[in-house]
Amino acid sequence: MNFALSALLEVQETTLLAARAARRLFRRPTYIPEMITQMDVIGVGSLTIILLTGFFTGGVLALQTYPTLKYYGAQDQTGRLVATALVRELGPVLTGLMVAGRVASAIAAELGSMVVSQQIDAMRALGTDPVRKLVAPRLIALVVTLPLLTLIADSVGIGGGWVVSTQFFDIASGSFMAAVWAGLSTEDIVGGFVKSTAFALIIATVACRQGLKTEGGTVGVGRSTTTAVVSSSILIIVADYFITRGLQIILGLPAA
Amino acid sequence: MASTDVDVQGLDATEGVDRQVSDAAADSTFAEVDDRERSIPAIEFRDVTLSFDDRVVLDGLSFTVQKGETKIILGGSGGGKSTTIKLLLGLLKPDSGRIFVDGEDITDYTEAEMMSVRKNMGMIFQEGALFDSLSVYDNVAYRLHEQEVPEEEVEQEVRRMLSFVNLEDAIDKMPIELSGGMRRRVGIARALVGGPKIVMFDEPTAGLDPPTARTICELAIKLRDLEDVSSIFVTHEMNNVHYITSEYAVVNEAGEIVFENEGERLCLVNTKVLMLRDGGIIFEGTDEALRKSEDAYISRFIRGY
Repeated sequence: MNFALSALLEVQETTLLAARAARRLFRRPTYIPEMITQMDVIGVGSLTIILLTGFFTGGVLALQTYPTLKYYGAQDQTGRLVATALVRELGPVLTGLMVAGRVASAIAAELGSMVVSQQIDAMRALGTDPVRKLVAPRLIALVVTLPLLTLIADSVGIGGGWVVSTQFFDIASGSFMAAVWAGLSTEDIVGGFVKSTAFALIIATVACRQGLKTEGGTVGVGRSTTTAVVSSSILIIVADYFITRGLQIILGLPAA
Repeated sequence: MASTDVDVQGLDATEGVDRQVSDAAADSTFAEVDDRERSIPAIEFRDVTLSFDDRVVLDGLSFTVQKGETKIILGGSGGGKSTTIKLLLGLLKPDSGRIFVDGEDITDYTEAEMMSVRKNMGMIFQEGALFDSLSVYDNVAYRLHEQEVPEEEVEQEVRRMLSFVNLEDAIDKMPIELSGGMRRRVGIARALVGGPKIVMFDEPTAGLDPPTARTICELAIKLRDLEDVSSIFVTHEMNNVHYITSEYAVVNEAGEIVFENEGERLCLVNTKVLMLRDGGIIFEGTDEALRKSEDAYISRFIRGY
């Protein structure tokens, strides 16, 4: 099988997995406790890395852009630039990538280990659908928590930009925040949510698919984990471009 | 639940049965013979073929397992033994041929349809396949929790099943704390919750010390003789074959379960051996016939030379 055909087959299987998980969400038993556990593991567990990533990204944005803006006499627009860059682009993408690194690897490794130790077969033999029991709760947990994590990353990032701008540069706090509010629109925030929801779907389906198709013992688990992180990260970057272009058309966000 | 209805074919029938089985059990046995439902095989494979890429794993496999019968599937590694069980559970689909469970053709069943078939089946995996993140209690209770059974009933059933495999003390342990033999026994308890009428053992004694392996075989004998369970016992160990084909379980007057040897006067007819090689059957019959076989491969397999 050539590369294009196997890639196409993989896309088909991953999409079917997501569709099966979504279709069986509301059938009993609904696995609410599993969903809450996954939200805790994925959402609360990722909070520290998201806080650090968001804060320092906002800080470095201010640090890098202030001199250029000052050159054009537009240093009071630093807040606007930090906020727009974070909410439209860096917040969703960086949060997606960080969660992909932490959560996609964990999901693929956990499901992969269950496959090689026959726990998935045992689950099916006991009359449980692994897609409903394992995939659906992780999918829901990611779709709920990733937009929230993105919102936190955006807020903390703006906070990081504010700290750098007010402590190291001669920008007043009120001036920075005024620029932030002036720069942000509802479309920006909606766009950020759309992106983070799409990235959540990518991470969950790719990681679960890679985990469930694991073969070849512990070496196979390692391979699935690596593939899950690499594939979901690349797909996030690629999807980001197409979603951005789509949002520019649909929501009328500035394109040029 | 426990009864003493052991399928025995008396060489000196009247005297043997009188001695071994109570009148009540004999009545029960006659009732079973009269029951037409029992003539439908619990499991039937009809000309089943399966290949992985270019490798033929099963080549026209046909056999039946009657109700209350144990079929021991023997064979070397890669002979298609575990694949046969996976096909029966619907974890794999055959390339051709039909598979029947209680007379119902399950070959083309979807995953959702198989879920209801699997509710009447129990599967014991080679390494136990216990859920690492769940305690012994939760592992055994898994099927009942899925069916949202009230917790009091769940606890009662879990304790009963753990008592059946002599592991009441391990109820709060995690799988990581258990020995290999204990893991298999918890796996058996988990598979038996809900009273499945078909149970499959996939090399349950592999890698276990002889006394623990013997314990696992005794559980299989108890299921066959006291619970009227139809089972497939996949193994490549001749000790297992010897135990299961030559011993039967009865409840003595003190209410204890004891294991008796068929000896020279009785012959267990509810246990047969099936030997696979390269995906095909090379022997089917009783253990006595197996031992008398002059086939070079069978001879080497059972004697080691």
